[in-house]
Amino acid sequence: MTDSADPAASAAGPPGPAVEATGIYKQFGGTQALRGVDLSLQPGRCLGLVGRNGAGKSTLVSILSGIYAADAGLVRFDGQPAPPLGAPGAWRSRIATVFQHSMVVPGLTVAENVFLGHQPGQAGLVDWRRMREQSRQIMADWGFRLDVSQPCANLSVEQRQIVEIARALAAGTRCLLLDEPTAALERAAIQRLFARVRQLVSSGVAVLYISHHLEEVFEICQDAAVIRDGELVLTAPIARLSKEQLVAAMVGRPPAADGRVADAPAAGRSEGDELRARVANADGGTTTGESGLVVEHLRADTPQGTLRGVSLEVRPGERVGVTGLLSAGVSTLARAVAGAAPYESGTVRLDGQRLVPGRRDLALRAGVGYIPEDRQAEGFVAQLGVAENGTMSIVDWLARRLGWLRPRARTGAMAPLARTLSIVSSGLGQPVGELSGGNQQKVTVARAIARQPRLIVAIAPTRGVDVASKSLLLAELAAVTERSGSGLLLATDELSDLDICDRVVVLVRGEQFAEFSAPPFDREALIAATEGLAGRVPGAGPQPSAERDGRGERD
Amino acid sequence: MTDISERSRAEVEAILQGRSRRAAAFSLVREASLIPVLIVLVVVGTVVNSAFLTTANFSGIGQQVSALGVTVVGESLILLIGGMDLSLEGTYGLAPTVAAWLMVPALEYGSGAMLNPYLAILVLLLVGAAIGLINGLLIVKGRLNGFIVTLGMTIVLAGLQQGIVKGNTLFNLPAAFNYLGAREYGQVPVSLIVTAVIFVATGLFLRYHRVGRAIYAVGGNREAARAAGIKVDRVRIGVYVVGSVLAAVGGLMEAGRVSAVTGSQGYQEGIIFAVFAAAVIGGVSLRGGRGNMVGAASGVVLLGLVQNILDLSNVSNYWIEAVDGAVILFALLLARVIGGEATAE
Repeated sequence: MTDSADPAASAAGPPGPAVEATGIYKQFGGTQALRGVDLSLQPGRCLGLVGRNGAGKSTLVSILSGIYAADAGLVRFDGQPAPPLGAPGAWRSRIATVFQHSMVVPGLTVAENVFLGHQPGQAGLVDWRRMREQSRQIMADWGFRLDVSQPCANLSVEQRQIVEIARALAAGTRCLLLDEPTAALERAAIQRLFARVRQLVSSGVAVLYISHHLEEVFEICQDAAVIRDGELVLTAPIARLSKEQLVAAMVGRPPAADGRVADAPAAGRSEGDELRARVANADGGTTTGESGLVVEHLRADTPQGTLRGVSLEVRPGERVGVTGLLSAGVSTLARAVAGAAPYESGTVRLDGQRLVPGRRDLALRAGVGYIPEDRQAEGFVAQLGVAENGTMSIVDWLARRLGWLRPRARTGAMAPLARTLSIVSSGLGQPVGELSGGNQQKVTVARAIARQPRLIVAIAPTRGVDVASKSLLLAELAAVTERSGSGLLLATDELSDLDICDRVVVLVRGEQFAEFSAPPFDREALIAATEGLAGRVPGAGPQPSAERDGRGERD
Repeated sequence: MTDISERSRAEVEAILQGRSRRAAAFSLVREASLIPVLIVLVVVGTVVNSAFLTTANFSGIGQQVSALGVTVVGESLILLIGGMDLSLEGTYGLAPTVAAWLMVPALEYGSGAMLNPYLAILVLLLVGAAIGLINGLLIVKGRLNGFIVTLGMTIVLAGLQQGIVKGNTLFNLPAAFNYLGAREYGQVPVSLIVTAVIFVATGLFLRYHRVGRAIYAVGGNREAARAAGIKVDRVRIGVYVVGSVLAAVGGLMEAGRVSAVTGSQGYQEGIIFAVFAAAVIGGVSLRGGRGNMVGAASGVVLLGLVQNILDLSNVSNYWIEAVDGAVILFALLLARVIGGEATAE
């Protein structure tokens, strides 16, 4: 699979880089997004750029495509300095970017989109016939089969990408940036895209290919570059690299903000063990039987992610982590289980009782507590107080005859929760909107656990929470499951959250890709799995059996 | 672990008490923010006309603002869930029109059905409920924009009202029908008493009933309320129904006060601006989730005083609406200055 056509692998003197970026620095607020990146693209070669979320990939793309100016450093096209930032037309004749999310105008025809902004014609009049002919010519030259006079609204995602690539070619660009172009594509469409990219590369176009899926990089790139914490830590021809080396370069040392020491696996594990030891007293008494959460063949298609037939079980008292890349469907799965989002087909049962899709109120009464992903949007009502928000899920318990509710009943129910979760506020009546992010999240957690749920669904519960509160929140979630025997479905992309889990399921493109059945979970093996790789990582120590359900369909 | 929780228990309780006292004082200041304005208005009124500071005049003001006040309660509830209802003025006119039409003989432009006045009042309430239900279903289930739905509904209702009265006036209404709007106990109008009761009951409901709290939650953050298991759709539709019923009651008071129903009651009088203005001056946020009945009531009183002072002063009848509108705009600005960021949004 790594036998990439590589005619000029080490041919000494290519004509010179199509794009050359040197010493690029970029800062956003207090974050140094890029620290001195040197990158060059050669004509007729495809460079794969990989890195974890937040490593600086998108910032680099934005600078190369003229959306942001670099704080320091130089971008050159064919040896000439890049045009000024305010000249998008000049940038586009140099370099074209195909973004993850389509940039075609749906109401216009294919031909209009291909020539968007520079339609052929005179004196402001569009020469329609010439525009259509030229579009058809481009499509024919590159073997794209697409009717140029149909509106783009009718096109599939794949076809829209073709339009964008054709637009780049129409502008005479010899350099393409593809930013996660396969994220929304089916498998067959990906293969067709690769064929097109290979064709472009062999005709001398320089391509920068950005992807979270390492196997794709091995498939179509000649070179690979790894970006980590704003620095380019590795650049080499792909033929000399192994997947393990690539993953190791991506992971590197965990960021200092994580509160971890450099040797992540050991330190991380000991912290996880400590956490586990604190909560695991009755771990042996795991109940067996048909109780708990049973998810079968769940399919869903939402803007946030797609599920393609996911099945999953969470037994009472069991803590199951679900992780994967942003678009893998992790939060879609959790939202569907919590009743916060509808799904197309499949079933969700809790203790044998089938839950109604998309009915959060019924799910709550059936015993599903929910910690939403975006606390600002779903976690709390900003102008209402701590007690009121925290007890919002149990008003029917607190209310007396005819639904009357004493404020004292609310504070009485909230006070113990506020104590266990160490919620810092000026009082239980303080509006939650005035609290810090970490305390807001604790209120959201309080709301989820107040009802003593039989299953807690938590999505990224520690996002934007400081280190101390983070372990407290996780310990409390674990403790709740220990105390009450409730299950926990923890959907997260924060790998350290998974330390409290008994089992971790990794989703890739909406399908179950791997399962790690015994803690401690190996950080690098998890990352490799989320990237769609199942290989072992050297020096990772004892490793759980990845890919337990090994269907092997992803080669 | 235990000693920590012992300590924080004491802390929490200490904080709790201090906080609730401070919070109470704070909200009192905010709710009472219009009182200085009201005092200024009373002084101005006294200076403008010696007839202002009399029991009879205040009794009249009470009767005049009652109908508006009940409608403002309805609109405030709808604003609290983050909605809006322009058609309350249509309901305010149509509901009493239908009821009166069913009671009045055919010779006096009625239907000739000669309906019992108590049944007619029941019909009036049902008309209000039906309009609210249609609005609520269109907005919540049909996912249509509340502004355009209720604007359209306003026109429909006003048209129905015109079609029924055909330019005539329905008068000679039964005493039982007029009772709410016209009778007085001593010098206190029944309508004022009923309106005050509605304000107090709604205020208590909003503060101490689980549905009342759900209204704030839905208006403050609909998705968070949904995630907390509140039946958001049911609350929203219910509030549209209750709001319209209250507008119908307001219309009943107005019909009783003037002992007649004309084609112009409601829509042609343009009362919706006064309804929104009173709510917003009183600190009910147009964005939902903020506001209370104390504020709404003071907004209503303020508008009543302004209207009364204009009536008593020598402003020419031709100019009185322009002055009225300008004063309300000024009052909105004033409420914003006094109430801070949270009000008049």
